[in-house]
Amino acid sequence: MATLLEQAEVDTELRPAIAGRNPWALAARRLWHNRIAMASLVLFLLIVVLCLAAPLYAHDVAHVNPFVPNLNGHTVVNGKVVPVMQRGGGVLKLGETPIGPTWDVSHYFLGADSTGRDVAALLLYGGRSSLLIGIGSAVLCSLAATVIALIAGFFGGVTDSIASRIMDVIWAFPVFLLAICIGTELLTHTNGFQFGPVHVDPTSLWLPTVIIAFIYIPYVYRPVRGQVLSVVNKEFVEAATAQGAGNMRLIFSEILPNVVSTVIVLMPLMIATTILTESALSFLGIGVQPPNVSWGTIIQDGTDLVYTRPWVTIAPGLMILLTVLSLNVLGDGVRDALDPRAKLRVEG
Amino acid sequence: MLTFIIRRLLWTVLVMFVITVVVFVIFFKTPGVDPARALAGRSPNPQTLAEIRAQLGLGRPFPIEYGIMMKKIFITRDLVSYSNQGVRVVQEVFAASPATLSLVFGAALLWVVLAIAVGIAAALLRGTVFDPLIMVVALVGVSAPVFWVGQIVNMVSQGTMHDTFLFSWVPPLGYTPFTQDPLLWFKGLVLPWITLSILYIGFYGRVLRANLLEVQNEDYVRTARAKGISERRVLLRHTLRTSMITFVSLFGLDFAALVAGGALLTEVVFGIHGVGYLTWQALTNLDLPTLMATTIYGAFFIVLVNAIVDVGYAWLDPRIRPT
Repeated sequence: MATLLEQAEVDTELRPAIAGRNPWALAARRLWHNRIAMASLVLFLLIVVLCLAAPLYAHDVAHVNPFVPNLNGHTVVNGKVVPVMQRGGGVLKLGETPIGPTWDVSHYFLGADSTGRDVAALLLYGGRSSLLIGIGSAVLCSLAATVIALIAGFFGGVTDSIASRIMDVIWAFPVFLLAICIGTELLTHTNGFQFGPVHVDPTSLWLPTVIIAFIYIPYVYRPVRGQVLSVVNKEFVEAATAQGAGNMRLIFSEILPNVVSTVIVLMPLMIATTILTESALSFLGIGVQPPNVSWGTIIQDGTDLVYTRPWVTIAPGLMILLTVLSLNVLGDGVRDALDPRAKLRVEG
Repeated sequence: MLTFIIRRLLWTVLVMFVITVVVFVIFFKTPGVDPARALAGRSPNPQTLAEIRAQLGLGRPFPIEYGIMMKKIFITRDLVSYSNQGVRVVQEVFAASPATLSLVFGAALLWVVLAIAVGIAAALLRGTVFDPLIMVVALVGVSAPVFWVGQIVNMVSQGTMHDTFLFSWVPPLGYTPFTQDPLLWFKGLVLPWITLSILYIGFYGRVLRANLLEVQNEDYVRTARAKGISERRVLLRHTLRTSMITFVSLFGLDFAALVAGGALLTEVVFGIHGVGYLTWQALTNLDLPTLMATTIYGAFFIVLVNAIVDVGYAWLDPRIRPT
């Protein structure tokens, strides 16, 4: 015991005083030292960069336009010219089977899909849509949910009741059914929609983004509102009120900074969820519409080829799996970093 | 308690009402969409459109349109699908439900048993290399898209390895009713059960492990240990019981969501003609009446199960009984 005390005294003499750090810097440091979380962040960023480089790959490496069907094209494998769509492939030796993986990055690395398009290039372009919709809808959803939660929690009373009841109703819908209903109804209209001054093209990526953002609002709203309620009666809010702060200042400079960490903790998990939802909706045919592709639509396209050209199905699924896995691990890391006490608790 | 039940029931009825209104608005009042055209499915002829307008009283005031629709769904139950040769949709939903229930019940049984095993194993092996390993595998299970896992399972069991002893017992895709051939029913559902439960085994296993570890430091667990009770008994009687609270409350919600259409992707991939498959067919054919019926009945099921879970909870635990 004595030695420890002595050691402590020596330490305080030798070391400079501990510098004050703000909690965000501390959290960032904790995250930085969490190797698994950082590895998953690197993996996620790698996937993002790869997908952003889709046009580069398609144009400069594979020399294909993955949005044009290539039913009569040819490519070179082992020095021999072979057609992209091969006759008499498959179990029944009937019809045409697209070329399988060549494992050569310069042409048809993962083979071709049912219309002879380069799967590897499609995969990268599909990743752009999937990531864009996933991140976009998670951000949109969190923004909307946070604003509603701030207003509901701050004003309380009737405002809170109405907002919470509306959220309960959205919550009561089966997630997929709600998205399917909205998506199908919008698809019945093939010429685009007019929402007031805004014209939306039915193939626009905005549609799945907004639909997915909408259905998950209650999932973010609930924890954020809880956090707002736990903060709204704290002394510092009272102090600000006493100084004559208006509602806007109270909400945005006193309460908001205290609920942001809740939103940030949820963000990676939300993106993981929205990417999974997007892929499922696209697989069902009501998410991303042609000519756009996403990982979900590629898997859908691979359904008929699953026994002959399995890589059309396997590759996009692996991409989804890796992306979502990295986000889930990162989410755990972010939660541990921002709220070390919650280390044992698990996300809802 | 009685007031609580009555209040909860009133709230349930209100939510159901709002749900029907929301579905009605989505299908009938989307700006710029003619509901008759939307309901008629792909490429309708003018005769069908006129028929639909007459049958559903379209063009009349909102409450009357809504009333006619609800009457056709709940009372006379004669809402028909226009793109599917006038099939009565409500009857179709009920006819499809045994397949969905078979799928979801089996998967639920599997995931409860395996998730408890996974959670306990990980908690017991804490500090060894196996705990993080189990958790990573669980996280992979949570992160894999279920329809993709289903495709891969099909690829292996129906394709490449179908002729080996491992998967030669797997029947072709599809659903056989239990009453028709119990053995075939079981064989056809084994792989869908496993596929559907993977996500939930991973998720519930993680939740249970976290709860087990949280409870392990409680005073009453220390007391139990101090009394000299065996570790196994401490785990089963003291730690596990309390840890199951979150597990059970989550289970009610997930189970209801799966029955109400959440099993859709699994049903589609394995060709199980349940409610989810019906929904999927409806959306590929743009068959809105069927979609409306599956959505409303699905949402009602969820709301009812939630109400039952809440009342059951209040009955078990007076602390969460609000006035």
